[in-house]
Amino acid sequence: MFDRDTWQEIFASLEKHKLRTALTALGVFWGIFMLIFMLGMGSGLRNAIFRDFGNHAKNVMYVWSSGTSLPYQGFQPGRTPRLNMEDVDYLLENVEGVDYIAPRTTVPGNITKGEIVESYEIRGELADMIKVEGFRVYKGRYIHPSDVAESRKVIVIGKRVAEVLFGAGNWEAAIGQSLTANGVEFKVVGVFGPERIKPWTESDLEATVIPLTTMHRSFGTGGRIHYFALSALPNYKVSDIENKVNSILKSRHHVAPNDPRGIGGFNLEEQFDRINGLFNGIGLFLWIVGIGTLIAGVVGVSNIMIITVKERTKEIGIRKAIGATPGMIIRSILTESVFITLISGYLGLLAGVVVIGGIDVVMEWIEVDVDMFYNPQVSFQVAIGALLILVVSGTLAGLIPALMAARVNPVVALKDE
Amino acid sequence: MIKLRDIHKAYKTEFTSLQVLKGIDLDIQEGEFASIMGSSGSGKSTLLNILGILDEYDSGEYHLAGQLMKDLSEKQAAYYRNQFIGFVFQSFNLLNFKTAVENVSLPLYYRKVDRKLRHEKAMHYLEMVGLKDWAGHLPTQLSGGQQQRVAIARSMVTEPKVLLADEPTGALDTKTSHEVMGLFQKINEQGKTVLIVTHEQDIAKVTERIIEIQDGVILTPQQV
Ligand SMILES: Nc1ncnc2c1ncn2[C@@H]1O[C@H](COP(=O)(O)OP(=O)(O)OP(=O)(O)O)[C@@H](O)[C@H]1O
Ligand SMILES: [Mg+2]
Repeated sequence: MFDRDTWQEIFASLEKHKLRTALTALGVFWGIFMLIFMLGMGSGLRNAIFRDFGNHAKNVMYVWSSGTSLPYQGFQPGRTPRLNMEDVDYLLENVEGVDYIAPRTTVPGNITKGEIVESYEIRGELADMIKVEGFRVYKGRYIHPSDVAESRKVIVIGKRVAEVLFGAGNWEAAIGQSLTANGVEFKVVGVFGPERIKPWTESDLEATVIPLTTMHRSFGTGGRIHYFALSALPNYKVSDIENKVNSILKSRHHVAPNDPRGIGGFNLEEQFDRINGLFNGIGLFLWIVGIGTLIAGVVGVSNIMIITVKERTKEIGIRKAIGATPGMIIRSILTESVFITLISGYLGLLAGVVVIGGIDVVMEWIEVDVDMFYNPQVSFQVAIGALLILVVSGTLAGLIPALMAARVNPVVALKDE
Repeated sequence: MIKLRDIHKAYKTEFTSLQVLKGIDLDIQEGEFASIMGSSGSGKSTLLNILGILDEYDSGEYHLAGQLMKDLSEKQAAYYRNQFIGFVFQSFNLLNFKTAVENVSLPLYYRKVDRKLRHEKAMHYLEMVGLKDWAGHLPTQLSGGQQQRVAIARSMVTEPKVLLADEPTGALDTKTSHEVMGLFQKINEQGKTVLIVTHEQDIAKVTERIIEIQDGVILTPQQV
């Protein structure tokens, strides 16, 4: 099939119709280019959205308490259950699939450094919250398990806090210094902030964090926690754990099992899945549009091939008269069609990948940072898929003309005028 | 070699039917050199196309080399054409984008003969028709007589049992015509059955037997 004669014949026939070959090739080129380009842009959009999730753990639920709405076990509605450290320990022991639980209790704080007095919130945390929120540590470290175990008086401060207390250009000097929070002296061990600064993450710049055990001991918060984040192990889905956690907490805090309030929760995995689903939908749409464009190109190839076959009736008649079978004729037309689509499609694919890659490189080079667009890519699977589509569509494009060619009657084709 | 019995053939369109062959009986022995003559429209080409398995017939029987050629699939027809028949046309019917030697070797390509052997054989037959030095030329660079000789080489390259030619000299001048006929004679002397359609008396006279066709039937020698 791929011997020299076949190629010779393909090239001879393509060369005879240069303009037409070029025009059809352009159709397929454009189709596959658009497909790749759109999918690449779609991935840029998707990557931008998922970048906002940052290092934030995705298999995570948040749990908090709120006023109950039903009377239960002698308690009046409207009571707010108080979550505490025992709840956390109990859940860790009794719920299967929990990776870690990161609680947080927040109190308003007065932070004093020398003459400067500012009010920032003080968060009491265990060591794992940084894993959930994906914070960035600019300098020093975050809360450590040993800080928690020994109730050390150490504090991690937001970058803006450091800038205010120690001077804008001097924030790095904060490490190792001491400051006073709500009358208690703490040693600064780290400066942190959000992974990406967004309107909804700016509060992290203006917060301070101390070990939760230290908070309970020094600030009289008495074992309370305001909310906690629970992360599931990789092979568990947090949505499967959610109900169990909920009912355990309800029973521990005398909340009616059917009370929609009392224990509140937010499942990040569900949100994540929803956005993922949305982008899969967008991706599907782009494929459909792209393939539509491609089909237009393929129909073009098919049309041209039909014209070619009509023009070559006599030639086909001669070939048949000297012993070519219909199968051989079909094969040569199909090869020609697949050849045009494959070559032009491959060039289109290449152009698409180069343009998308170029956008990525240029964006990184001149450091453009757009909210809605980041790191566009064409995956290897997409490229392979596109090539497969090309082979199939090239074959389909050649099918009708090939069958027409096979039906050519040599007697009619060779009639001497 | 060729045995025709009561061959009928009509060209049918939607509304009309034109009966062209009205019961042809014909026997041609192996190694014969014959010509078919008849007025225009008498059905000579139709008959030759049936003999060359390019066309089908409506009724009757056609035996070629002892085998019945009837209701063949396209693939079978292509096979028998390629195996038994060499065809030469009035207008040469060479592929213009291929050189002389490529044209000659094409039937062997369809017979899946190895490339090198193909070239050797093609060169051999080009030499036979005296065009060895023109092997690399395109048909458009050759004269009519040369093109017809390339076409004859192409028809011979598969070493067919029967060579069929439909007015092979129709497009050539008298001198070239006789050169081409000389070539057919030479081929016949090598043992091939050669059958030529013509309406030129002096062309027909070169052959050993003249078959007259009139109104779709063959005239018996007594009628001639
Ligand atoms: N494909 C066809 N469809 C319909 N009629 C046809 C077809 N081919 C030939 N005919 C008719 O059949 C008759 C015989 O044609 P044929 O070509 O066999 O004649 P011929 O003897 O070869 O004539 P000439 O000497 O002019 O070549 C003619 O009347 C012609 O018009
Ligand atoms: Mg004729």
